[in-house]
Amino acid sequence: MGRCLVLACGALAQEVLAVKAALGLSDAEMTVQCLPAELHNRPAAIAPRVADVLAARRGEFDRVLVAYGECGTGGALDPVLAQYDATRLPHAHCYALFAGAERFEAIIAENIGSFFVTDFLARHFDRLVWQGLGLDRHPHLLPVYFGHYRRLVHLAQSDDADLRARAEAAAQKLGLAFVHLPVGHGDLTAALATVTEGDRV
Amino acid sequence: MSDENDVILDDLSDEDLVDQMKDDLYDGMAAEVREGTQILLRRGWEAGDILSQALVEGMRIVGIDFRDGTLFVPEVLQCAGAMKSGMELLRPILASTGSRASLGKFVIGTVKGDIHDIGKNLVGMMLEGAGFEVIDLGINNPVDNYLAAIDQHQPTVLGMSALLTTTMPYMGVVIEELDKRGILKSLPVMVGGAPLNQEFADAIGATKYGRDAAVSAELARALVGQNH
Repeated sequence: MGRCLVLACGALAQEVLAVKAALGLSDAEMTVQCLPAELHNRPAAIAPRVADVLAARRGEFDRVLVAYGECGTGGALDPVLAQYDATRLPHAHCYALFAGAERFEAIIAENIGSFFVTDFLARHFDRLVWQGLGLDRHPHLLPVYFGHYRRLVHLAQSDDADLRARAEAAAQKLGLAFVHLPVGHGDLTAALATVTEGDRV
Repeated sequence: MSDENDVILDDLSDEDLVDQMKDDLYDGMAAEVREGTQILLRRGWEAGDILSQALVEGMRIVGIDFRDGTLFVPEVLQCAGAMKSGMELLRPILASTGSRASLGKFVIGTVKGDIHDIGKNLVGMMLEGAGFEVIDLGINNPVDNYLAAIDQHQPTVLGMSALLTTTMPYMGVVIEELDKRGILKSLPVMVGGAPLNQEFADAIGATKYGRDAAVSAELARALVGQNH
């Protein structure tokens, strides 16, 4: 097993560390570094920030996994990964990563007005969603953002009553029905296992 | 931009009032933009001149700062709301006088199976701010909705939006249908949405890929031969 860097979105930090522990990986085997989750509100900034880190750490690791999906980068991330011989997570976003593509599609098919939160978003809903979308300052924008949503779906990574309550409170704040779905870490586990066990990419 | 709370708009010269309206629009002050529009109309300004010199120019500055990361989505929505308050007064006048102030009609809608319309709404507002007449089809549009709107409105550009990887291929279905009917030859199609990229847009035969709302408005202007 070689040295591996996981450069993760801050929104996945806890989950990456949890999976790393579950896989029994030491710090020598896997280094985890994170970028701020707030970059999601400015996705054009994700690829340049990833490139900066990969340039700075070039040559330190045998394998690099960038723990981002497509994440609204408009295709800007993949050329950076190719340049630095890195890979990224499967799926376009962390909702499909955690739920799995098939289940994610089934949830959408059941109700296309589904708004998703992960444990991370349940924990930081006020800062990243409510304040991030300016709803604290401009509450009249609520129907502009959420007028077509019908339910908030909490894709839970952990069995945590507090997070479930926070997600439910978020649903109430948005005026949406609440659905709690324990999905665990989904395809994140396989992605981290592969990058530590695979050959140099 | 402006911290002035006590400006009497009616006391300003035309030139200062237009500048103040641009500041107010930037600050998302809908009532002030509406009042400024009323004053200019009262002073005998043509609706098209108010639109182009105050509102469109104001939104152009907003677009630049949005593109450059100085303004973010909530602020831009506020700005767009302010512009809309002025547009509500101008639109009926422009329509009744058959004004050619518009750059043309832009039909826009979120594709079938997708209800995510924040990006589409932002694009619509930026397009209106850029001088287009926007026909918004809303969300969850099957190909028939686009065809009917094209038939009814004879747009200059068609725009489609999707947020989901599962719905974005439907843009290709619409473009294929437009191609089959010979519409694509004369109607540029713009696509956008978080999971899209230029490669996808090229693959489905879209005319342009709009990475974000500000870029989309610039591209649309370029498509009709209007560039700043």
